[in-house]
Amino acid sequence: MTRHLTKLLSMIAATLAISLSPANAQDGPLRIEITEGVIEPLPFAVPGFVPENGTSAEMAAQITRVVSEDLTGTGLFREIPASAHIARITSFASPVQYADWKAINAQALITGAVAVEGNRVNVKFRLYDVFSGQEMGDGLQFSGTTAGWRRMAHKVADAVYSRLTGEGPYFDSRVVYVSETGPKDDRRKRLAIMDYDGANVQFLTDSSSIVLAPRFSPTGDRVLYTSYESGFPRIYVLDVASVGRRILSTPEGTMSFAPRFAPNGQRVVYSLEQGGNTDIYSLDIASGQSMRLTSSPSIETAPSFSPDGSRIVFESDRSGTQQLYVMPANGGEPTRISFGQGRYGTPVWSPRGDLVAFTKQSKGRFHIGVMRLDGSEERLLTASFLDEGPTWAPNGRVIMFTRETQGAQGAASLYSVDISGRNLKRVNTDGAGSDPSWSPLQQ
Amino acid sequence: MHTGHIISGAGHAALFVWALLGSFSLPEEPNVEVTDVALVSPEEYAALTPAEVPPGATTDVDELPQPAPAEDAPAPTSAPDAAPAQAQPEAAEAPQTEPVPEKPDLTTPQAEVADSTAEITPPSEDVAVVMPETPSDAPRAIPRVAPRPVLRPSPDAAVDETPQAPTTPSESAEEVQPAQEEKAPEEATTKIVTEADDQGDGPPKVSKRPPPSRPVRTAVAEREAAPKPEPAPEPAEAPAERPAQKDAINDALARALGGSNAPATPTDTPSGPSGPPMTSGEKDALRVAVSACWNTGSLSTDALRTTVVVSVAMSQDGKPKPDTIRMLSSSGGSGDAARQAFEAARRAIIRCGVNGFGLPVDKYEHWSEIEMTFNPENMRIK
Repeated sequence: MTRHLTKLLSMIAATLAISLSPANAQDGPLRIEITEGVIEPLPFAVPGFVPENGTSAEMAAQITRVVSEDLTGTGLFREIPASAHIARITSFASPVQYADWKAINAQALITGAVAVEGNRVNVKFRLYDVFSGQEMGDGLQFSGTTAGWRRMAHKVADAVYSRLTGEGPYFDSRVVYVSETGPKDDRRKRLAIMDYDGANVQFLTDSSSIVLAPRFSPTGDRVLYTSYESGFPRIYVLDVASVGRRILSTPEGTMSFAPRFAPNGQRVVYSLEQGGNTDIYSLDIASGQSMRLTSSPSIETAPSFSPDGSRIVFESDRSGTQQLYVMPANGGEPTRISFGQGRYGTPVWSPRGDLVAFTKQSKGRFHIGVMRLDGSEERLLTASFLDEGPTWAPNGRVIMFTRETQGAQGAASLYSVDISGRNLKRVNTDGAGSDPSWSPLQQ
Repeated sequence: MHTGHIISGAGHAALFVWALLGSFSLPEEPNVEVTDVALVSPEEYAALTPAEVPPGATTDVDELPQPAPAEDAPAPTSAPDAAPAQAQPEAAEAPQTEPVPEKPDLTTPQAEVADSTAEITPPSEDVAVVMPETPSDAPRAIPRVAPRPVLRPSPDAAVDETPQAPTTPSESAEEVQPAQEEKAPEEATTKIVTEADDQGDGPPKVSKRPPPSRPVRTAVAEREAAPKPEPAPEPAEAPAERPAQKDAINDALARALGGSNAPATPTDTPSGPSGPPMTSGEKDALRVAVSACWNTGSLSTDALRTTVVVSVAMSQDGKPKPDTIRMLSSSGGSGDAARQAFEAARRAIIRCGVNGFGLPVDKYEHWSEIEMTFNPENMRIK
């Protein structure tokens, strides 16, 4: 008993000495640091948008569905089904019963209303943080033609997505790609353009000649692409609205390919094969003057500008294997940035400027990956028989690419993946598709 | 005297002579034997040795049965008939080898019960040879043994029918309800559900690693325990002693720091910053509770690089006051990123604090104001 008491007293004395020392004395509020959390889709509720007149009901339901699909398609959000809703939104102006939405663990609530008058449609919405009982930002409304109702739905989803995540929007964007039909040994290709989610497909060219690698202009009104119409691969520029096109002035009898716009939209960088050697050139669209940017006996191709237009990343085999290099926009000594095992190609600079997406071939498999400009933090996001040709979403958070399956019956499809490597999914297109290029956000 | 000497001398002489004659005659016989052994050649010896080794071989055993049919004189003609007769039963044994394909059948059940057997079979090696079922019973003994021994169905029921029918009224029949104890076996579920199939409650949503050091004195438990005398924690008896010692130390510290000999009660309102400090376990419990609701899955990459410091005022029941949550500072990201990070932090505090954080009431002064630093270093996309 005495021994236990002595032990207890000594422990008390030691604890007192520690607790009374200045380092451990609690001065002010209790302070803790949270370093671990959870990663899961944010649950949200989007009750059907309220139709404000009799002719709006069907469109209100369609817009609500597209908003929900946009958000859940990111993999960052999870919709709570309407069957679980306790409260009913019957009026856009009615107050929100937060307790009812808390009860179903809805952390975000989206309410909206749709009014159709003639061929015009008006959509408005509000976003609420349920657990803080506050509205997140002000309500917004969009108006347009009934034919463009999907764009308005994408606009609503973009606003919600940006407010909840802090990322830039990207739902109201389009993708130009190569639509493929026919067997593998007689594949017919033509340019097509669609919404980012695969809706509203339109064809820009016929399938009379092979077309490759379309690339959007920074404003999204033009498309560069490579065509074999003349027998040799030549670069064309196509106006999306009028579908009119013209050939870029490159030397006759040469092969020019892999074009890409500069951020200002006035210059184009491309690869030119001449005398068995391939180098990168720059072309001023207005004057038609070309400038050689690389001069090496090796193959240099797939150039891509940095967002500020000051640098170009490209692929080259000058080291003996295909690797990525960065050089000034007007040419100069390139710096190698990829040093991993395997071959790197088709680099594309992120719209945010912090990452480069690329195709990597290693150990018999193809990968889509990202790395920083100094080659650090390389992450491989996918792995398959054949993945290639990444393109960035306007917000730099999502990458779309081509995946081709193996075998004689194999076909190319478009896939997208979050730069975290999560949410890999196939883009819904009619038939096979390849070589996607993501447009900027529509104006 | 001379006669004795003469007799003795004659006897010794006769013995000496016999010894001499006998020693000459004995060595001649072994010489004959040595010459016989030397005549055996190694080839003959080698020819003889195989005849000695075969006894162990089975071929001789096969030859032995032949003499048996040889006793039956007509055997030579019936010999070919006997051979097919023996071949058929061998063919009948061949199908017995078909059970070998049963091996895949064995593997599939192993896959189903792989989790339980892999964990618990090691102790019983002998049983694995005899009965494969017993190891599955052995692990079951851990979680599925009834907490209390199940009473056998009382034979009293059979006995009661005869004596109670005439003597006891209907009320006594109700007293027979102790037979309800037979329902107890429902807790001790039989072998119907395996552990592999039993999903149970799933993995714990929140880590229970840092248990509250003083469960009885937490704010939430205090309110619930008010009408009840004591929650009386039944299962943890032995381990409860250590927290009790810890509580005694904390109470002693509280009295020493507060200058009061009276034990702290939940209704006491501590004056000044006195009182026992928050223990690391209590802080860990709070940290884990908030972490369980801090969802960074929908944050932007910029917000995942932003550390925010959030302050919140707490009520005495351990619940945060939502209106008091505000961002004190941020670092590492833009203003928009800081706003996103703060909103995620605020959601975490409110969601997981809706039922109170289970903080010790007697230390309310220490946690009435809390500053939480949300550092997403480990949550970034890597």
